[in-house]
Amino acid sequence: MIADNAISDTFPALQQKIGGKRLVYLDSAATTQKPRCVIDAIINYYEHDNANIHRGVHTLSQRATKAYESARASIANLVGASRAEEVIFVRGATEALNLVAQAWARPRLCEGDEILITEMEHHSNIVPWQLVCEQTGASLKVAKVNDDGSLDLESFRELLTTDTVLVSVAHVSNAIGSINPVKELCTLAKSVGAITVVDGAQATGHMQVNFSDIGCDFYALSGHKMFGPTGIGCLIGKYDLLQEMEPWQGGGDMILTVSFEETVWNEVPFKFEAGTPNIAGAIGLGAAVAFIEEIGYDTIHRQEQELLDYCRDVLRTIEGVTIVGTAKNNAGVIAFTIKDVHPHDAGTILDHAGVAIRTGNHCAEPLMERFGVTATCRASFSVYNTTDDIDRLGTAIQDAITMLG
Amino acid sequence: MADLRELYLEMVTDHAKNPRNRGKVEPCTHIGTGHNPLCGDKLVVTVSTDNDVINDIKFDGEGCAISTASADLMAEILVGKNIEEVQALFACFHALLTEENGTDSVPRKLAVFSGVREFPMRVKCATLPWHTIISALEGGEEATTE
Repeated sequence: MIADNAISDTFPALQQKIGGKRLVYLDSAATTQKPRCVIDAIINYYEHDNANIHRGVHTLSQRATKAYESARASIANLVGASRAEEVIFVRGATEALNLVAQAWARPRLCEGDEILITEMEHHSNIVPWQLVCEQTGASLKVAKVNDDGSLDLESFRELLTTDTVLVSVAHVSNAIGSINPVKELCTLAKSVGAITVVDGAQATGHMQVNFSDIGCDFYALSGHKMFGPTGIGCLIGKYDLLQEMEPWQGGGDMILTVSFEETVWNEVPFKFEAGTPNIAGAIGLGAAVAFIEEIGYDTIHRQEQELLDYCRDVLRTIEGVTIVGTAKNNAGVIAFTIKDVHPHDAGTILDHAGVAIRTGNHCAEPLMERFGVTATCRASFSVYNTTDDIDRLGTAIQDAITMLG
Repeated sequence: MADLRELYLEMVTDHAKNPRNRGKVEPCTHIGTGHNPLCGDKLVVTVSTDNDVINDIKFDGEGCAISTASADLMAEILVGKNIEEVQALFACFHALLTEENGTDSVPRKLAVFSGVREFPMRVKCATLPWHTIISALEGGEEATTE
């Protein structure tokens, strides 16, 4: 039972009241709150080190470059990349997936080729591949999801053929929290020679991820879902593959020499980081990595699993509540519906009780359709939540039922 | 913080739970579909008119309490009106939902939505049925709240 949680004290935004009640933040799958150390790192950068990177010889530029590159090294270390150059800074997981789609897939795919994804993908792991299919004539295949929200491995195996050129799967479903056996999926995909992409947006803030061990070719992560700022994320890619790829955006910093006759690309990863990047964002993300390492993934994961079990128990005792997604291997994300209470109304009523949840289709319309719902309520946890938060959620749901049910 | 009871007045929850005008006008002269991508709500409004004057309205589809009650009350209020009158009423209703002093000129039954003003995220729920009927009367395409 997690009744008291000292970690939440380090999150300034959690120290407030909404509607006269202590804020209960259960929307970490949308974005996590930021600890003081991340906010301080960003302030410190702007107050002391603000300069452009990789070009100035002056002190501030050197400091900024060092901080930016050490953030890259921290990420590489956190996710088990074999070298820092395998980490490309991008705007977020969405941009990471689009980078693979446009810079790896688009120039290589042609008619007859297939891309395999799953029914539980976020729109950001569907639409970039639809664009590539439109551009190349390749087709998109979708592996099914079981009734409990886990991936239907049979369906995945069936759709995996020698025509499959690329497989892209979520590590953790953003809408219902199912954890996919990504290592196993990558092994299967490799057996037909497919390139493998894992969308880790919902994983890296919650559990230990090892890029080399999973064995995927690309791994996308999002900074703001792991205590970092918005507008920063990473694509982790196998060094050899990144070397082979052409850049997808042109500009400063991604070139070695430019003339009107010939331009020579810079080395990996700079080849993929055209223009002045989100320096403050990367530094903030570096601080978030330090925060995660200090607490430890073991603690984070254990605590979130405890909250998941507790929340499932609480919701099951409320008549009229149906949980969508009950996979055994599940992260701290619970989607549910309330009989006769539309999720949008539930969202407003819960907010009034100081409980922040997400309502809607969670950018996963196909998955909603799979479960025959247009929208759900979603509560998602992080290391700063307590069982008391879940009790507040339960009470607020009861209020909603009283009011509208 | 705005009072929740101002949003979910009894009249609103009553019409949301027991809508009187749910269904389909058959045969209809106009049909419109509305979509709110934010919450996934979809709404179909069917209308029959005689000499450009509305004589029946029904709505169908899934929606939250606010959009359902708004559709139901709209269907009551607009019978006997022509498109110009519908547009004029919608302008007043929109003002009621979004402006501080926009409450004077709306029918009593629409005034129950004045509480929505304090919940800006819910304005689209209340206006979706209106966007949909106007697009139906204008013979247009799918209305969205985007």
